[in-house]
Amino acid sequence: MSEHRWNSRGAIAVAAAGALVASACSPGAGPTGGGELGGVELTVAGKWTGVEQEGFEAVLASFEEETGASVSYESTGEDTGAYLGPKIEAGEPPDVAVLPQPGLVDEYAEQDALVPLEGEAATTLDEQYTDYWRDLGSVGDETYGVLIKAAHKSLIWYRPGAFDEAGVAAPETWDELTDTTSGTLSDAGITPFAMCGASGWTLTDWFENVYLSEAGPESYDQLAGGELSWTDESVVQTLETLAEIWDEGGMMAGGQSGAVQTDFPTCVTQVYGQEDAAMVFEGDFVSAPAAEAGATVGEDAIAFPFPAVGEEPPVVVAGDIAVAMTEDEGVQELLAYLASADAQSVWAEQGGYLSANSEVTADAYEDEFTQELAQTILDAGENVRYDLSDQVPSAFGATEGAGMWAILQDFLRDPSDPEGTAEELEQAAPES
Amino acid sequence: MTETGGTTPPATPDASEGAAAGDGTTAPGGTGRLGPPSWLALVFLLPALLFLGAYLVYPILFSAYRSLWDASGTEFVGLDNYLKMFTTPSTFVALRNNVIWVVVAPIVVTIAGLIFAVLTERIRWSTAFKIVIFMPMAISFLASGVIFRLVYEQDPERGLANAVITTVQDTVSAAAAYPDANPRPGAPLAEASGGGYESTEEVSPGETVFLPLVGVQADELPEGAEPAAEAAVGGQDELTGTVWLDFTRGGGGEEGAMDPEELGLPGLEVQAVRDGEVVATAFTENDGTFLLEDVGGGQYTIRLAADNFTEPYRGVTWLGPTLITPAIIGAYLWVWAGFAMVLIAAGLAAIPREALEAARVDGATEWQVFRRVTVPLLSPVLLVVFVTLMIYVLKIFDLVLVIAPGSVQADANVLALQMWRVSFGGGNDQGMGSALAVFLLVLVVPAMIFQIRRFRQESQ
Repeated sequence: MSEHRWNSRGAIAVAAAGALVASACSPGAGPTGGGELGGVELTVAGKWTGVEQEGFEAVLASFEEETGASVSYESTGEDTGAYLGPKIEAGEPPDVAVLPQPGLVDEYAEQDALVPLEGEAATTLDEQYTDYWRDLGSVGDETYGVLIKAAHKSLIWYRPGAFDEAGVAAPETWDELTDTTSGTLSDAGITPFAMCGASGWTLTDWFENVYLSEAGPESYDQLAGGELSWTDESVVQTLETLAEIWDEGGMMAGGQSGAVQTDFPTCVTQVYGQEDAAMVFEGDFVSAPAAEAGATVGEDAIAFPFPAVGEEPPVVVAGDIAVAMTEDEGVQELLAYLASADAQSVWAEQGGYLSANSEVTADAYEDEFTQELAQTILDAGENVRYDLSDQVPSAFGATEGAGMWAILQDFLRDPSDPEGTAEELEQAAPES
Repeated sequence: MTETGGTTPPATPDASEGAAAGDGTTAPGGTGRLGPPSWLALVFLLPALLFLGAYLVYPILFSAYRSLWDASGTEFVGLDNYLKMFTTPSTFVALRNNVIWVVVAPIVVTIAGLIFAVLTERIRWSTAFKIVIFMPMAISFLASGVIFRLVYEQDPERGLANAVITTVQDTVSAAAAYPDANPRPGAPLAEASGGGYESTEEVSPGETVFLPLVGVQADELPEGAEPAAEAAVGGQDELTGTVWLDFTRGGGGEEGAMDPEELGLPGLEVQAVRDGEVVATAFTENDGTFLLEDVGGGQYTIRLAADNFTEPYRGVTWLGPTLITPAIIGAYLWVWAGFAMVLIAAGLAAIPREALEAARVDGATEWQVFRRVTVPLLSPVLLVVFVTLMIYVLKIFDLVLVIAPGSVQADANVLALQMWRVSFGGGNDQGMGSALAVFLLVLVVPAMIFQIRRFRQESQ
């Protein structure tokens, strides 16, 4: 608290001094200094590291250039809740936090740790986003968050070289994927999948895609909302379907015991760097580590939509929601900027990015592939669903070594008992 | 706590003496205490006392108080958190692992330190050796954890431990050429009882068999592999055939047929089996053909020997659920062996040489000297090292957090990690977290009391 007070007082002093200097010198600020937020210091916390962090910092840099504020980014690591929890408890939260789960928005809103969107930030959200996205960042009547980065989670990435060698094409149904595509790849001596089992969230994504397609959007919502028991037949059925791939040691690089030790993005490296496998399932953001592993996205790193298990292929999305955690000067301006089409166009140029803002045009993206992805999210219409594990409380859906992550990791290690696994999920699921 | 406890008692008798001496005028030759009065010492101690109070005593008391409240801290729940703690299975796993840690780690580290200390006494470059052993102490636990996470990777191309193991294994017994190969579905081949594959139909001499296999990448075939050729029909006491890779690059080949681009599988061991006995053995040529000679009349099964398909040894699953705790203790040993060695070496230097000489003169062997003289004389130092390590081991946290992949973190769990997870990771239940913290404190207290007693005894 005291530090904040000091900060803002310091900021005023610096701003006043800046004003004096500005008035004393020639009118119009220099190329970098000045701006209406000159001297304001802001902190943003998010989970991005590496290439993703660089992309976001480019956006922050353009905000700094435009307003004169200085924004520092701190990475929360994979466990955003564990990073922010103590900071909120101590009354020292970052000014803006980028939350990877809507579940956290609810949680923090209940703790009164969030500041609702105001002014330009609120208008931007109203005007440039669809209702679906706005509801995602709202708790009750208050709107707290804006989805600044969307992720398409219904993709299977593959190495075209491997597909050519085996003479297979991208499958359209689950059966084609497990029989023809994977079978032929195995015959050609190529391991079909690289699994990212050590990163539990990739396994929940597998589950969600199969479940959404197999059981349908309605059951999906009921399961997410706690109205459907995890021991329901549909859950067991989905686990059985998953076992068609997970139960075959030969299907994945390193077998099952190797797969549960492989984290994301190491599994991407297995496909594109080491060329140990042909396919890896995960969202659009695979493009960044794939490029890092030496592949050219769109040429030798291509994705096909997750095949239909039931009638319709699934479209699961996720996204990062920016929220204000303090009432300091510049916070709402930063959020308004992050939500704007301008900022997101800058971000789009960096690659590995999808926007949910309806006004970000397709040509903002650097490649045709990303343009198509953006289009599929807009086109999928009412059947789009938000990542289920991010909608449930994070103790169940997003905690290392517990809940869905741990149970599905156990299931990957030994997929022989789908009913037992469903039972475990039911026991771990929060009561509602 | 320890410091205040240690310093206050001796200060009290001094105080009365000091007061007595202060009353009298200069007492020449008296036992009056020199130096400033004791209240001044208290003044100088005050900052330390305040500091300890604010950062040690208050947090302990607050944790104990907080552990009686619920997750949000608004509702008093009494001992519920403690009850819940002892009925949660994950706490038991953590407790069990802590017990393993406390029993194994201090013993292993102390023994390693003792061995290093004794051995370094005997070698010429002992200082250099000691520096190397001690160096890991200078690396933070987090960095050590990252290093060992890499060392323990399953893939021998990435993990050092498995790279060493598989290299040794490969020199002892070379890997098979076709570990992943399997029969083309529909081919007249079935898995043999002792491993490998055998033909489903029996053949008699003079006949030719064609055995299609798949599952091998064309790039990985041994050098010199040639397009598959149909084996010529052999003589009266010969069996011939071809084993080939029935997969055309890029697809499109006809299943079970030798398409022009398909290659033979060279160097494959082929056996002719009659009544379960191997009658003849041959190896395939570069074009996949083989010739089994000197077989008598009768019916044979053709077997592709199990040796061809032995899975390569993949090394040890260090980061799997069973080995994870021993693996992390290994990393702990790497970090702490230097600490134990330096302390024990210091103790060793203080041992009277005469005792050792006397034992040797009396005809004791080196082992007897070590066992009956060195170790007993060192036992106070060994105990200090052991107990210190025990205290450190009880609160082990960072190595477990960094080395254990998410998928086995539940299996590698320890109390300190459980405390952190419950308080800040996901659950955000700081009531329960405080209860765990208090429990951990209770476990550390006996070791602390023991340590303090030892210090007291030594100072007397």
